[in-house]
Amino acid sequence: MKYLLVEDNLELAEAVSSRIRLDGHAVDHAAKIADATAFVDTGEYDLILLDIMLPDGDGRTFLKQHRDRKNLTPVIVLTARSQVSDRIGLLDLGADDYLTKPFDHAELQARCRAVLRRNAGSAQSVQTIGDVEFDAVSGHLRVNGTIIDLRNRELRLLELLIGNKGQVFSKQKLVDRLFSYDDDVSENAIEVYIGRLRKHLEGSEVRIVTLRGLGYRLDHDG
Amino acid sequence: MTADVIVSGSLRNRLAFILTGGAALLAVILYVAVRLLAAQVAQQGQDNILNASMSSVLDTALIRDGRVTVDFPYSSLSMLNTAADDRVFYAIYEGENLLSGYDWLILPRDVLSERTHFGTTTFRGDPLRVATGSRVLIGSDGPRTVSVSIAQTQDALSDTLYSSSRSVAFLGLGFFLMSSALALWAASTTSGQMRRLATSVTRRGPQDLSPVTKPVPSEMAPLVGSLNTFMSRLDHTLSQSEDFIAEAAHRIRTPLATVRSHAEATLQRVDRTENRKSLQAMVRAIDESSRAAGQLLDHAMVTFRAENLEVSEVDLADLLDELVLSMTPVAEMKDITITMTLDRPATLQGDAILLQNALRNLIDNALKYAPAETDVIVRVSKSPSLSVSISDGGQGFAVDEIETLPGRFVRGKNMGNKVGSGLGLTIAQEVAIAHGGKMTLSNRKEGGACVTLSF
Repeated sequence: MKYLLVEDNLELAEAVSSRIRLDGHAVDHAAKIADATAFVDTGEYDLILLDIMLPDGDGRTFLKQHRDRKNLTPVIVLTARSQVSDRIGLLDLGADDYLTKPFDHAELQARCRAVLRRNAGSAQSVQTIGDVEFDAVSGHLRVNGTIIDLRNRELRLLELLIGNKGQVFSKQKLVDRLFSYDDDVSENAIEVYIGRLRKHLEGSEVRIVTLRGLGYRLDHDG
Repeated sequence: MTADVIVSGSLRNRLAFILTGGAALLAVILYVAVRLLAAQVAQQGQDNILNASMSSVLDTALIRDGRVTVDFPYSSLSMLNTAADDRVFYAIYEGENLLSGYDWLILPRDVLSERTHFGTTTFRGDPLRVATGSRVLIGSDGPRTVSVSIAQTQDALSDTLYSSSRSVAFLGLGFFLMSSALALWAASTTSGQMRRLATSVTRRGPQDLSPVTKPVPSEMAPLVGSLNTFMSRLDHTLSQSEDFIAEAAHRIRTPLATVRSHAEATLQRVDRTENRKSLQAMVRAIDESSRAAGQLLDHAMVTFRAENLEVSEVDLADLLDELVLSMTPVAEMKDITITMTLDRPATLQGDAILLQNALRNLIDNALKYAPAETDVIVRVSKSPSLSVSISDGGQGFAVDEIETLPGRFVRGKNMGNKVGSGLGLTIAQEVAIAHGGKMTLSNRKEGGACVTLSF
């Protein structure tokens, strides 16, 4: 996936971009509307994250231009305001969703996923590992010709493991990457989700290996 | 708001009172004047006839054979005939001696002047009008003065006066009634101008602070001018504070977002438990403060709008559709399914922004306290009354706290370490009350909390 982040606060932009890259996506950063317009004109993006208060104007102006030019790339607005009326206005202007700063990265991920799923078609989201096909946007897993509908947490866990094939993740790392700390997810819960994924992957070439004392790793035969 | 205004009388009533009072006074003056004039004219008429009668008698006075003779022409009495059968009296004197007639008709002193003398006397209580004239006859033994008095009762005159007074009274009354109606009309049109201005200002929405542009009478121009100045100042102040709040929120939230994102990113790289603990505490503190700030602003907005509802027809089912769609990503993070049972259409007259805010808080709570992989149920029903209930499969409310939870900054004891401001239920309750409804907290039989807003 390729993201465009339009945010004038460089520190925040840096933090958000690095986190999105960690999830395995490419990010371009624009600090003002003029740059954002230039980026959109020259590159193809799957998703735009847009701040509202920008040095050379209001993000809503960009949003309106964007929609007037029939550009279908979904936009999630990152707003520092919280008035409900403001949010309604944003949706009317053609934003696909909005998120109030400061935000939980897990929620940003979840909203991006939901928006991408709604606008499915453009994105190349199917990955193939051995004999398993995985669509991270729709949440489908095809094993031996059967399509399995993954639950959200299973999906995110599998996405992380597939995206970092061969890398070992401790339970703690997995909790950090997948859940909001507010979710109160224990490390035992990870075992439950790993167990479910193993069940889904039964009979395929893909395996989730437990490395005692270290964590989990995704491997595939062949 | 009108309760704060000290009212001192009514301009309309005062104006109407002055105008009708004036009309009454004028009517009385009119009555008196016309009546006096009528009396005078009527008296003049009687006097003329009496004078003619008296003169015709006086004209017949002759000196024959040294004696004064007077002859009553028939016409001299017939001309005094009236519809009221007034009685007629007469007296004829030669010098001071009564020749004929009633001796109580005494001659006035200045009778000897050439002009006819009119006077008024009474006969058995009835008023009499007397006309007296005299003539000097030159006889062989010198001049002799003959005086004739003709008197007549005034019954016919009073009848005429009475009937004309009645007409004048009716005229006066009619004048008074018409002037009063005119006065009331004038008073209400004048005060109507003001009432219309007041209505046009009152009917505005709470956000409308544009100047009054309708034409107003010149007397009201200074008032409207100051009103417009006040409103533009208020508008300026309000928009300044709105801008300020937006700017402040931006200035506070953006660095908080930066710190939070950095802390989260650092958390990915740090393994030592104590470092992780402090980073987590940091993220938590940021969430607490930003949530509190957001909720406080929302609460302020709810309190402000609750007093000035911007009412329109709102379909709760549509509102919930939209809301649930926007909250689904958050629900998915915990694999929570939001199921909706909506009795459509569920319309009410209300403030869409407030209702949305209240319902968002309730759904937000449900998602926060529901365990992963459970259901949150949103139900709209129209009987017995329109109500929305939102229930979750969490541990429910502590029974002894149900009464106190909607209070400001009150949080349940069993909330664990969930981030919250203690304002969500307060906001929902205030919105329900502003719409003439109420909020009820309960626990479901199968476990979990249920919040119902009924309207």
